[in-house]
Amino acid sequence: MIALAHDTHRPPADAPGARPLPPRRRRRAVLPGFGLSAAITSLVVTTLVILPLAVLVLRAASLGPAGFAAAAWTPRARAAYAVSLSAAGIAAAVSSLLGLVVAWVLARIDAPGGRILDALVDVPLALPTAVAGLVYSALYVKTGWLGQWLVPLGIHGAYSFLGIVLVLVFVSLPFAVRVVQPVIESLDRETEEAARILGAGRSQTFFRVVLPALLPAVVTGFALSLARALGEYGSVVFISGNMPFRTEIAPVLIVARLEEFAYAEATAIAVVLLGLSVSLLVTVNALQQRLAANSQ
Amino acid sequence: MSIHVRDVSKAFGSFRALDRVSLDVPDGALLALLGPSGSGKTTLLRVIAGLEHPDAGTITEDGADVTERHARSRGVGFVFQHYALFRHMTVFENVAFGLRIRHVPRPEVTRRVEELLRLVRLEGLGGRRPAQLSGGQRQRVALARALAIRPRILLLDEPFGALDAKVRVELRQWLRRLHDEIGMTSVFVTHDQEEAFELADEVVVMNHGRIEQRGTPAEVFDRPATPFVMDFLGTVNLFHGRVENGRAFWHGIPIPVDGSDGTDARPRPARVYLRPHELDISRTASPSGAESSLAAEVVRVAPAGSVTRVACRPCGADADVQVDLPAERARDLGLRPGEMVRVTPRTARVFPVDHDYVI
Repeated sequence: MIALAHDTHRPPADAPGARPLPPRRRRRAVLPGFGLSAAITSLVVTTLVILPLAVLVLRAASLGPAGFAAAAWTPRARAAYAVSLSAAGIAAAVSSLLGLVVAWVLARIDAPGGRILDALVDVPLALPTAVAGLVYSALYVKTGWLGQWLVPLGIHGAYSFLGIVLVLVFVSLPFAVRVVQPVIESLDRETEEAARILGAGRSQTFFRVVLPALLPAVVTGFALSLARALGEYGSVVFISGNMPFRTEIAPVLIVARLEEFAYAEATAIAVVLLGLSVSLLVTVNALQQRLAANSQ
Repeated sequence: MSIHVRDVSKAFGSFRALDRVSLDVPDGALLALLGPSGSGKTTLLRVIAGLEHPDAGTITEDGADVTERHARSRGVGFVFQHYALFRHMTVFENVAFGLRIRHVPRPEVTRRVEELLRLVRLEGLGGRRPAQLSGGQRQRVALARALAIRPRILLLDEPFGALDAKVRVELRQWLRRLHDEIGMTSVFVTHDQEEAFELADEVVVMNHGRIEQRGTPAEVFDRPATPFVMDFLGTVNLFHGRVENGRAFWHGIPIPVDGSDGTDARPRPARVYLRPHELDISRTASPSGAESSLAAEVVRVAPAGSVTRVACRPCGADADVQVDLPAERARDLGLRPGEMVRVTPRTARVFPVDHDYVI
């Protein structure tokens, strides 16, 4: 769904400099077994993605239109969607900005500590997210290391919307960093020098020359972070307090329904969440494609 | 605008890229910095541009010390080897960049960019993106972008290095005309001597962070100051011989030494350099006697356009001598491998063996 390719060196076929292609014949693929690979791909996509989604939709459909609306469009469910989408959106935005800064440092750092820093970025991917949720809430409660200072200031990092955003940033940051980092590494330093020599200051060089070149990757990082944050459950359940209408995210509501053995209602909520997520990701992806086309 | 480089040194770690280099570029000159890779030519260009800060020494432009001035405020034009165009901008926006930074009014920007695109013969392509252009067109965009801010100094780093041979020759002649029309001071870096000789008023040959020789193309080619320059500019035949009374002896035959006043009578070992085109081949010994020519066997005959390259093996020698004959002369002689001929050197350049010589 998300185009990871930022191959800005590829000349379009109609470029005046491009040599005319020989008459198109059936060419043998360089890599053998393309047919087999395609078959495996379809099988994987079908069994891993399409089949479960079909079951999900069918289960929800068994409710009928009225039953579906009653299950998935209750005030509590609507509030949960809103919490899910807004927390994930804010977290993805924060991750993209932080990711840009972190990726910049990792790409340009030339110190022994750089390697360690680079490895640390991936830790959130390996750590069970429930652990992250527990640790974060322990840090930000009134008696925690950070909470003892922050709570008197009115900043509640645990059992709050802020807490949800915090853990979602934690789990999504690696995606934002890893997508942007190689693009920064591939940036041509001569381009920055060219801008400087034409009279641009540091910030003008960054905003007019560097950032536009990075923007497609930043938006891809945003999309991946958003996808990751929308689906996150383990860490949020431990830090949000799960208060209906305030800090209850949609996945938590789904689990709550499951615990009541209301399977069809649970799948109905899941279908709405899925629909919202997919349309959001498609929109972001379209934006990314347009940006990438512009920077070709 | 004239440029004066005084005793500039620059090191990258333990590598000395520039070693107390001094260079004066007069106003309006077109100067080539020529040398092998790692000779410091690009570093010197970047120091002049302000992209590198010298460890020691000063740079002055028209008498004003600009050593501490950042590239941004020097107002020089710089053309990078790989164009360094802004890929996300159109050709028009690339050229307009320097003007927009300077807050030039919009109509003025449009007028100036269109004028420049006409100058570099890219009118009508302002809406394209760099990726939609050929290499030669991209390089011309880079040039237009550099010229937009009306620099009085234009610096070019291997400007034609990434282009194919035909485009390179066209752009070269075009750049020469452009330089003369605009009347700025230009310095370009190249490792291609043909390019340097064809384009530049003066050539500066660099090696190991130092300037080996500076002069007009003719001066540098005909009177190389050091063995390095001799070696770097074209093919040479190198022999170890001795020099005595202004004559070098090569396989026992005397050759007049170029530039010698003949007063140094003391015989001493020397390196004798013979350019392939300064040797002649005949079937019989010249009238002046057999002592001025050498018997040799033809090894290879290879026509190469206007000259024919002939490899000969002098009797008793263990290395071939390369001779370039004018194509016509070669046709008249009709040489075939295995034939015995006489090789006559017309002139030679000799450097004493103790000359500080490193490549």
